[in-house]
Amino acid sequence: MSAKDTINAIEERSLFELAKHDAVAAERSGYSDYSYWRSTLAVFLKNRFAVAALLIMVVLIAFTFMQPFLPNQKDPNLIHINPETGRQLRNVPPSQEYRFGTNSIGQDLWARIWLGSRNSLLLALLVSIVRVTVGIVVGALWGYVRRLDRLMTELYNVLANVPTTIVYTLAAYILRPSLRTMIIAMTILGWLPMARFIRNQVVIIRDREYNLASRCLGTPTSRIISRNILPYLVSVIMLQFALAIPLVIGAEVFLSYIGLGLPYHVPSLGNLVNQGRQLMLIKSLRYQLIYPSIVLSLITISFYVMGNAFSDAADPRTHV
Amino acid sequence: MAESLSSAPERRPERPRAKAGLTAYTLRRAAQSLVTVFIVITAVFLLMRLLPLEGYFGDDYDRLDDFQRQAILRSLGLLDPWYVQLRNFYSGLLQGDLGTSIIYRPKVPVTRIVVPRIPVSARFGLAAVGMGLVIGLTLGVLAAREKGKIFDGVVQGYIVFVRAVPAVVYLLFIQLYATQFFDLPILYRAANPRSWVLPAVSLSLGGIASYAMWIRRFMVDELNKDYIKLARAKGMSNTSVMFKHVLRNAFVPMAQYLPTTLLLTIAGSLYIESLYSIPGMGGLLIDAIAVQDNPLVQALVLIFSSLGVFGLFAGDVLMALIDPRIKLEGRGGAR
Repeated sequence: MSAKDTINAIEERSLFELAKHDAVAAERSGYSDYSYWRSTLAVFLKNRFAVAALLIMVVLIAFTFMQPFLPNQKDPNLIHINPETGRQLRNVPPSQEYRFGTNSIGQDLWARIWLGSRNSLLLALLVSIVRVTVGIVVGALWGYVRRLDRLMTELYNVLANVPTTIVYTLAAYILRPSLRTMIIAMTILGWLPMARFIRNQVVIIRDREYNLASRCLGTPTSRIISRNILPYLVSVIMLQFALAIPLVIGAEVFLSYIGLGLPYHVPSLGNLVNQGRQLMLIKSLRYQLIYPSIVLSLITISFYVMGNAFSDAADPRTHV
Repeated sequence: MAESLSSAPERRPERPRAKAGLTAYTLRRAAQSLVTVFIVITAVFLLMRLLPLEGYFGDDYDRLDDFQRQAILRSLGLLDPWYVQLRNFYSGLLQGDLGTSIIYRPKVPVTRIVVPRIPVSARFGLAAVGMGLVIGLTLGVLAAREKGKIFDGVVQGYIVFVRAVPAVVYLLFIQLYATQFFDLPILYRAANPRSWVLPAVSLSLGGIASYAMWIRRFMVDELNKDYIKLARAKGMSNTSVMFKHVLRNAFVPMAQYLPTTLLLTIAGSLYIESLYSIPGMGGLLIDAIAVQDNPLVQALVLIFSSLGVFGLFAGDVLMALIDPRIKLEGRGGAR
């Protein structure tokens, strides 16, 4: 009781005392030790699913790229032959020797799946980088430069309506089917949705009240871009990038399905799933569909969850 | 992972700016759309002419000698210079003639190939959009109310799975196991309604996930806003707050996409239609491109791009009808 009274007495007294002017203390009022990336990391680490997805992703990617250097690995394109009968070891079920079995012409499915993941990841990564980079540059111009808006919108409407199958067919005709052809075919119009997305984001936030306020206060444009707009866009760009990877892998699976995929000697998750699909009605051979599907799903889900969580964490509105 | 599933709602790329009445606006948009469609089909026309001449013979190529090949190409009009071909195409189009198929089903008018397939695809498409809206929105609203609880977690898990795993993969497993488990037919038969179930359900899964994700995110963001608090404070019941305020606002951005979604249901789904061997529009365009059936490709691109462009326009009008704050004419934005 008495302690509280004392405190009250002190507070009451201080209310009526003139405070001394301290220049340093006055400056200190606006100070906080906020750091964008530290807060992003803190929010991200708080999300258990995200950390798990990140872990799965890192382990998967590391294993995918380390697999050829591990002992006792087989050549993914070597057709295994039974030394006694001289015939191909076709459709051998999973065993000690062939961990995921062999496929319909006697190749080791285990080695093919990891090479396939490598190829698919490489494809996805390169395609996503090109799509996101071109998309950001074009989208930012489209959004900022008002004179370009009409022209770009028209251009978008035209290009977005050209069926992508024609582009893929043309690419397959002009260039030989290969990983490089696939990358070119998937990027040549693939940046369109990204450009539209960035354009819409720029249009939405360029006239937000806080940007308007900054402009009224005479903040230079460069500072508005770097402080007001970019931190907001970092999160959506990272999200788009992380989501582009499952998307590209899925597109590759689809292209394999319609017969425009990679050639047989370049295994990818797409053509592995597709080869498994052709045997799926035979129950004992279903493992050839199930194993690639599991690896594929683990990769795409971990990228998806991770991307979402990261974009959430990178959004300044979630920071405290 | 809770709030992370969707990004900010997209805005339409077109922001009409001319100060004119709705009629003038409609006319201007229609003219603009016509130009867009014209450029698209011309571009597709020229792209198809870039494909190799050998492609027109398919498997017959080796069986024909050079003279026969030239004769066939000439009879199809493919040896004319491209501008003559283009002129012929447009003069036919102006007379309402989409042309006849040259390879896919030789000498059959394109309309006779396309028209019977439209209702098949449209029926499945509309059923899927309907189920997607009803089930997706219900799941999303319930998940938002149960935020952080088990039900929410299940819905989120479903959304992540459907959106992350390529449809080509999980639809295959649905066909493989659901047919066994529920004893449903594996292929589509027009006369057997039981065989319609799986294709329609498969087709709706993606929509359910998108709508659930979007409405859940929207509700979580929206329920803390002042106008909702005011409505509650006035004593409105939860249900009427939901229907009169939240859902009406939620539908505005959705209205932009709904017409396009509905119109393009006639395009069908290539993958699902080929899995269940449904005679719809799904694989038609890709098949036509593969055999280089130019008239068929051009007709399909004309149909799809017109619908796409018209859908965008209808979306803008619908959005303005639902949200009176949106004005199609006059300036948008702060500058």
